[in-house]
Amino acid sequence: MSPTRFSGTDRYVATDDLMMAVNAAVTLGRPLLVKGEPGTGKTQLAEEVALALNRPLIQWHIKSTTKAQQGLYEYDAVSRLRDSQLGDARVHDIGNYIVKGKLWEAFTHEVQPVVLIDEIDKADIEFPNDLLLELDRMEFHVYETQQTVKARYRPVIIITSNNEKELPDAFLRRCFFHYIRFPDKETMERIVRVHYPDLKKRLLSEALEAFFEIREVPGLKKRPSTSELLDWIKLLVAEDIPPEALRGDQHKLIPPLYGALLKNEQDVHLFERLLFMSRRKKD
Amino acid sequence: MMTDFFLKLRKAGLPVTLTEFLTLLEALSQRVTAHNIEEFYYLARATLVKDERHYDRFDQVFSSHFKGLETLFHEMIGATVPLEWLHKLAELTLSEEDKQLIESLGGWKKLMETFAQRMAEQEGRHQGGNKWIGTAGTSPFGAYGYNPEGIRIGQETSRHRRAVKVWDRREFRNLDDTIELGTRNIKVALRRLRRFAREGAAEELDLDGTIRSTARNAGYLDLRMVPERHNAVKVLLFLDVGGSMDDHVRVCEELFSAARGEFKHLEYFYFHNMVYEGLWKDNRRRYTEKTETLTVLRTFGQDYKLILVGDATMSPYEITYPGGSVEHFNPEAGDVWLNRLLAVFPRAIWLNPQHQNRWSYIPSIQMVRELMGERMFPLTLEGLEQGIRALQRAR
Ligand SMILES: Nc1ncnc2c1ncn2[C@@H]1O[C@H](COP(=O)(O)OP(=O)(O)OP(=O)(O)O)[C@@H](O)[C@H]1O
Ligand SMILES: [Mg+2]
Repeated sequence: MSPTRFSGTDRYVATDDLMMAVNAAVTLGRPLLVKGEPGTGKTQLAEEVALALNRPLIQWHIKSTTKAQQGLYEYDAVSRLRDSQLGDARVHDIGNYIVKGKLWEAFTHEVQPVVLIDEIDKADIEFPNDLLLELDRMEFHVYETQQTVKARYRPVIIITSNNEKELPDAFLRRCFFHYIRFPDKETMERIVRVHYPDLKKRLLSEALEAFFEIREVPGLKKRPSTSELLDWIKLLVAEDIPPEALRGDQHKLIPPLYGALLKNEQDVHLFERLLFMSRRKKD
Repeated sequence: MMTDFFLKLRKAGLPVTLTEFLTLLEALSQRVTAHNIEEFYYLARATLVKDERHYDRFDQVFSSHFKGLETLFHEMIGATVPLEWLHKLAELTLSEEDKQLIESLGGWKKLMETFAQRMAEQEGRHQGGNKWIGTAGTSPFGAYGYNPEGIRIGQETSRHRRAVKVWDRREFRNLDDTIELGTRNIKVALRRLRRFAREGAAEELDLDGTIRSTARNAGYLDLRMVPERHNAVKVLLFLDVGGSMDDHVRVCEELFSAARGEFKHLEYFYFHNMVYEGLWKDNRRRYTEKTETLTVLRTFGQDYKLILVGDATMSPYEITYPGGSVEHFNPEAGDVWLNRLLAVFPRAIWLNPQHQNRWSYIPSIQMVRELMGERMFPLTLEGLEQGIRALQRAR
């Protein structure tokens, strides 16, 4: 028997409210919509839920050109035309040209899978509406072959959004919703720990200190997130930077390798300017 | 009582629907949450709120509705109640006498002090009894123990660091879009601007519309009028950049891009703190590529509406004295230039991203506001609406 409750994994730190949202979605068989700043672990969540519940994971990454229909199936008319010109016998069965989409795959799995619909807001504004019925009833109809595909087990559906577009109300009503708040220091410490269990305590606390300070710099276009912090720590370790180098007089501090934290050129300029100004003030 | 909660949420302006409310009841009956109000709070939030900007408002309603645990448990009897909750309810049914006894311990502060003390005294686990902290019994500190002020001490080891209830911490305060313009609000405001852009008396014959409606009218002539073309609104947008405006960059960017998308005739310029003889269009080349303010005055007609966006937070010298600017030497004072602008563009407003309740403490804001003839509005949805209305009224 697979476990039915999710409480994080040894690679992923889940807060209590996130666990509750996941478990509600799993129990009731309704989609969970997850939003949050970039790098707050939205995408990884689905992987971890699949891992923890011991289910297969089916990933559907959405692009601006993705259509809802592609998640169900596509009719490959071009192949069929080609086959008919080549006199291939396959041409008589239209079923040969029906290409299954991710949801079809999920609906027909022998065990209940976890489905990730990643970055739904990238698609056209109508995309979520086009999936309403399918997500609600967990079935759809294939016109070309007159068959109905019905979910054997309602998959656990996890949908992520970066807030680029507003999602339609009718869609939202059918989902559970969770907003991943940017981790506080304590949670962040736990997150770093799962990635770098052997990290020296001092280095970790100095790095966190510096990281949260940089996040506070007013006017940044892109504040560094969890993934940047993890990259930065990796560099610090690789370069063997001592914890002392991260500390010191607050305003004089230029964290080493801060390019890993600030990736936007404007932000780097802003940051350097601020440092320059505060140093000039002090000298 | 649960229904009440639902109604209160709606009253507070949260777009909760019956579907979602039923989902919550279903989740309760399926025992998604078993034991405590904190979990119930998370569950309710995940079910009923679909926009993080509404979290704060939800927290407030939740806090006022579920004050004290007792109410929660009582009200739940009517609905589908998870069994565990009932157990706890039973544990809570104490006699009046018992309650008085507990009340005699005194207020919250006293309770907490005593709690800390008992924690220190306690050796090992204790079931029931009057003095020690146990999992049941009349001690006010036990996990399920009755206590007159509804303070709950956690059941799990990590819980007591959460003595302040999650929903009372109001951690989502700054995501509420009534405080600042969010993307959604900008959209709403946009719609308003659009209507405004098309308003005006219908004085011109709409040929296409007339033909269409005449046909629909079975051939009987049905005249259609539209507002005259030249009524399309023209907007001059002046944006303060840099310095104290850094805090408001995001909201200004949102407003700017919204306005850009909305108005066909939009001209924008940047300034710093106060308007002087020069404005610029590209912030990176502000020192090399200035546009003379006089040119702007001459180029754009009276029919342009002027919207200035700035926090008006500066030294009063920057407004009233020649040479008062922080950046350069200005031969003429800021107020002279602002008045010149207002003379040419009588329809003008100033939008201020600074929180309105700070305005009265900042002298420069008062001064600019006076210069604007009180037409300064906060850069919030409400303020924007008022501002648009003011722009429509003749001065
Ligand atoms: N709670 C967490 N526990 C462990 N690792 C985390 C957690 N949150 C984020 N991370 C790490 O941060 C990185 C970014 O995570 P992920 O790609 O899932 O974020 P995302 O929210 O999907 O970002 P984006 O919006 O950019 O797609 C990953 O390396 C992930 O391991
Ligand atoms: Mg992602």
